[in-house]
Amino acid sequence: MTGMNTQSSETAAGQSPDQSAMSKSRVLEADKSCSVPVMFLLTWALAWLVGGGILAVVSSIKLHGPGFLAGSAWLTYGRVQPASIHALLYGFGFQAAIAVGLWMIARLGQAELMGRKGILLGGAFWNLGVCLGVFGILGGAGTGHPMLEMPGFVSPLLLVSYSLMGVWALITLHFRQVRSLYVSQWYLLAALFWFPWIFIAAQSSLVFHPVRGALQFVISSWYGHAVVALWLVPVALAVLFYFIPKLLGRPLHSKHLATFGFWTMALFAGWGGVQAGAPVPRWISSVCIVGGGLMLLPLIAVGMNWWFTARGAKPAQGDFVWGFIRFAAVAFFAAMLLDIGGRTRVIGEVTDLTVFSSGVYALYFYGVFGMSIAGAVYYLVPKITQTEWPSAQLIRWHYLGSMVGTVLITAALVVGGVIQGLRLNNADIAFVDALAKTVPFLGLSTLGGLILVAANVAFLLNLVRLLTVCCRCCCCLPWNGTANGNKAAAVGANL
Amino acid sequence: MAVTWYGMLVAPSRQMGGQQQANVGPGNERYPIPRLGPAHRGAEVYRSNGCAYCHTQQVRPQGYGSDFERGWGLRMSAAQDFLFEETVALGQVRMGPDLANVGFRLTDEAWHYAHLYNPKSKVTGSLMPQYPFLFKEQPIKGSPSGDALVLTGAFAPPTGVEIVPTKEARELVAYLMSLKSQVPLFETPLPAGPKQDAEATASSEGAGNAQTNLALNR
Repeated sequence: MTGMNTQSSETAAGQSPDQSAMSKSRVLEADKSCSVPVMFLLTWALAWLVGGGILAVVSSIKLHGPGFLAGSAWLTYGRVQPASIHALLYGFGFQAAIAVGLWMIARLGQAELMGRKGILLGGAFWNLGVCLGVFGILGGAGTGHPMLEMPGFVSPLLLVSYSLMGVWALITLHFRQVRSLYVSQWYLLAALFWFPWIFIAAQSSLVFHPVRGALQFVISSWYGHAVVALWLVPVALAVLFYFIPKLLGRPLHSKHLATFGFWTMALFAGWGGVQAGAPVPRWISSVCIVGGGLMLLPLIAVGMNWWFTARGAKPAQGDFVWGFIRFAAVAFFAAMLLDIGGRTRVIGEVTDLTVFSSGVYALYFYGVFGMSIAGAVYYLVPKITQTEWPSAQLIRWHYLGSMVGTVLITAALVVGGVIQGLRLNNADIAFVDALAKTVPFLGLSTLGGLILVAANVAFLLNLVRLLTVCCRCCCCLPWNGTANGNKAAAVGANL
Repeated sequence: MAVTWYGMLVAPSRQMGGQQQANVGPGNERYPIPRLGPAHRGAEVYRSNGCAYCHTQQVRPQGYGSDFERGWGLRMSAAQDFLFEETVALGQVRMGPDLANVGFRLTDEAWHYAHLYNPKSKVTGSLMPQYPFLFKEQPIKGSPSGDALVLTGAFAPPTGVEIVPTKEARELVAYLMSLKSQVPLFETPLPAGPKQDAEATASSEGAGNAQTNLALNR
């Protein structure tokens, strides 16, 4: 069904010949060991993707239709908007990243996933934390710090849950059978450490022992930048570095370029978040501008590596996973260039404090992270559940909807943000009139959000149908042993 | 990781963490002054309703954007202005006007109440949402309440009914009225030009009156 190239991932990913002769059974065992925790996390992640997407559409409508659901404090724009970001980022983003990360660590290391019950427990508490966060924000208990709006009591719960999951990823990595680490594992390992670091640093400085004055703004803005640059993007890069060579059936072009790209990203990705003109010492925003410029180094290194890997190669016919991966790779360059450009003083004078930054974030989140995760999910779920996707049509709808929705939201907010900035910078235009020209673009972004929700419903529906088929085969039938044996044989042949 | 941590957290903390009140004006007055009472609680209403998702509280430097020309402030904002803010709400998007000096620009409390209840009653074409949950609708008993909103035309309540602000609305308006940051500072003096007059005006209590001629909707 997937049409996936059958060459082993390790050969394609540039591993040694010894490793390329790995035992299929070890990979099969690694895949199977992930099934319960990964499917648990993925199902909840997709549910949050749909739920958060609906909240995002509600907040988007409110931007151009302020009377929409205006009577309730719980649904006022200033609460729905951060609640949607919280649900999408922590509900979908983190769970999906951890699920895919766990699978990649197990598979690339050819080791069974360890601590499955601990991961399930961590996942359950994580979902409880996200749920409390969403209701806390809607109830007015948000902290007032973008991306960290969840009430203070939620963050320890999230951190403990994350530790319960993350520690088993590290233990699985430690006991891997393939000792050398591939590029994807570098990014995953780094992201695993980066997130608790930025989360603890920001939470302790903003919520538990708040620093004084405008320093809060520096840390809050930095966290908003870092959670994208040091968590979402590295996880997406791990997925892309795994699947681009694998789907094209080629080894990665250069390990040296990959090393250079990784270390320059590790050095410079965290420098950002504070825009020029902010009421803080000017060197801070200058550092963020310079950090943006230096991010061109990993961008070029990663680009060259992917380009030379993919040049002249073609994926297997009808391989829909490649569509998601290719889109995410292109979106990565577009998002980085928009991000870096938007930080400069010349462009920032127009785009700062407009919806432009929301457009760039949408491209990072839906285009880079969401599409790479979707590609990975479509590949890994049949492997770990030994069940094929029930509907190819739903996958096509998901792909088309995600693509159109992401492009529409990004283009509308980026162009609308530029128009908003240009008109706001002309003091001869009254404020309301300046904003009026942005309204059609806000409407287009709402349309993009609706299309994305529809696409993600198709994604979730397909996953639920697959789970139904899988559970019916594995759990309910008295002859499940035979069914499992047949499925294992089928999947083993398609590794 | 350590380099980023030092650059983005430790170094700014070392520079800004020890900030103290400044002596300003001819009388060496202390600036800023912590908010007290309803204005202090109003900051919590502002935070819990996410007002900062549409409004900024930062006047950008002269020549960078049009904040000065729009009359949003006589000088750019400085870190000093936010010294006593419990939750700094600088904001990241301007779907509504900047509020750094709204306490100077819009000095009529009744205007704020009506605007919060239904923004279109005061600003035609406004994209701001309504906040009816900050108000109570009640039957008029005898004579109308002194704090009932004055709404006319299509925005007027039905006959025999009046709209009065809740405690949260009063606190929020008290907070908005307290947003004033035009005192000249060493790091952000008033721009050249009308400096002398503006400086004298901004330092005094009469600053609000001097600013009322700024357009409401700019």
